[in-house]
Amino acid sequence: MNRLLVNIARTLLDSARDLLPIIVVIAFFQLAILKQPIPNLNEILIGTLLVVIGLALFIKGLEMALFPIGETIAYAFARKGSVAWLLIFAFALGFGTTIAEPALIAVAAEAAKVAASADLILDTANARDNYANGLRITVAFAVGLAILIGVVRIIKGWPLQYLIIGGYVCVVIMTVFAPKEIIGIAYDSGGVTTSTVTVPLVTALGVGLASSIRGRNPMIDGFGLIALASLTPMIFVMAYGMVVH
Amino acid sequence: MELLSHLFNTLLQTLFDLIPIIAIIFGFQIIVLRQKIINLKKILFGLFYVLVGLGFFLVGLEKALFPLGKLMATQLTDPAFIYAGLESIPLSLHWADYAWVYLFAAAIGFSTTIAEPSLIAVAIKANGVSGGAIGVWGLRIAVAIGVAAGISLGTFRIVTGTPLHYYIIVGYIIVIIQTMRAPKMIIPLAYDSGGVTTSTVTVPLVAALGLGLASTVPGRSVIIDGFGLIAFASLFPMITVMGYAQLSEWRYKRNIKKVTEQETES
Repeated sequence: MNRLLVNIARTLLDSARDLLPIIVVIAFFQLAILKQPIPNLNEILIGTLLVVIGLALFIKGLEMALFPIGETIAYAFARKGSVAWLLIFAFALGFGTTIAEPALIAVAAEAAKVAASADLILDTANARDNYANGLRITVAFAVGLAILIGVVRIIKGWPLQYLIIGGYVCVVIMTVFAPKEIIGIAYDSGGVTTSTVTVPLVTALGVGLASSIRGRNPMIDGFGLIALASLTPMIFVMAYGMVVH
Repeated sequence: MELLSHLFNTLLQTLFDLIPIIAIIFGFQIIVLRQKIINLKKILFGLFYVLVGLGFFLVGLEKALFPLGKLMATQLTDPAFIYAGLESIPLSLHWADYAWVYLFAAAIGFSTTIAEPSLIAVAIKANGVSGGAIGVWGLRIAVAIGVAAGISLGTFRIVTGTPLHYYIIVGYIIVIIQTMRAPKMIIPLAYDSGGVTTSTVTVPLVAALGLGLASTVPGRSVIIDGFGLIAFASLFPMITVMGYAQLSEWRYKRNIKKVTEQETES
């Protein structure tokens, strides 16, 4: 019982320390630079407490569930030895985690409004929904493909930098040709796909695969899936813009 | 009461986010791999912690940090604050007038990155995989410095109105040069750190700062200049993480050299 309490106290202290910089920055600018009192102090204290508890629970859950899930499934696939199923799984994981992502749903709806106001699509609810859904499927497909390519790369041991640098060259070239209205959305879509639940899972999957395949180094080959998943949506969203507009 | 219903809604939303992920993983585990899930009880408890933790975390951010942070971003970028010492607001602005904005941008970029849960996850993993060679705090601070520098430079770009792609292209050239010289081990991790920084905590505050600046600086348009801070925040961590590895390697080599010199002397 005592050990449990010590454990809980330590986890809470750790997350309080993680949040301390934000509290210091906000308090300093509010009190010393803007010279204003802090509004709704009670609400802010309750909110901060919730953030500290939430972060502590998440880190605990991360080590109990998300990391082990990603690793065991990587080992299981490596043992089964079926590359086809592994690739189907990689695509499904990328596609499935992205299609329901709330940040992406918000961005897609926003993008549909921008496109309608720029007269690129009809300004009706139906046309906007179609556009937003198309965008969501495009991004989800891009992330699925990124995880799939990333897994192939881990199996084959390709150096990551060629894929990433090649991808960015592609982004730069497409920026020149894509419609101006879509570029901002395309660049932003790379960032919204990597959510707090997906990152630990995908990282554990990559590292697990690299450590169970002979000749692969988990440090050099295991990381990189996140980098690919933030790159491909930019390319695909610009392509979507070029096709639809 | 209002807090409770907000909390409940957020928990429900987080649950809906988790369901497709869980369905895919357990579906493959049971149907394709035909494997029993080991430690099912522990994993279910862990998932429950993830669900409740994320719910609390998001509600807390929306209650406490986001309203205040966004309010401060608009106040700091308000011409009434920037030209408080002058009698009238000058017609042409000088980039140096916005010094507090750059400092705030750097401070908020650094501090939100330290609290970013996905970065904590990647840092824990990298620490384990590298056998402790990459410190959890070393990586987190290197990424946070990158985000701070990136966002600060990004606000400078909005104030001066210089085109985004110049900065991004120069940034990628630096990344390519570093990729050729940095220790091989760090490169994939450095590339990944670009993607993980733009997550739950950083994006809303940084977006508010960008929109606040673009709407108050004379001659800037919200649509053209308002975004782009996120692009800076994902580019600079790659540079600082590779830099961190290069620095560690250089110090290690220098120490070895010193030791061998001392040995040959004695």
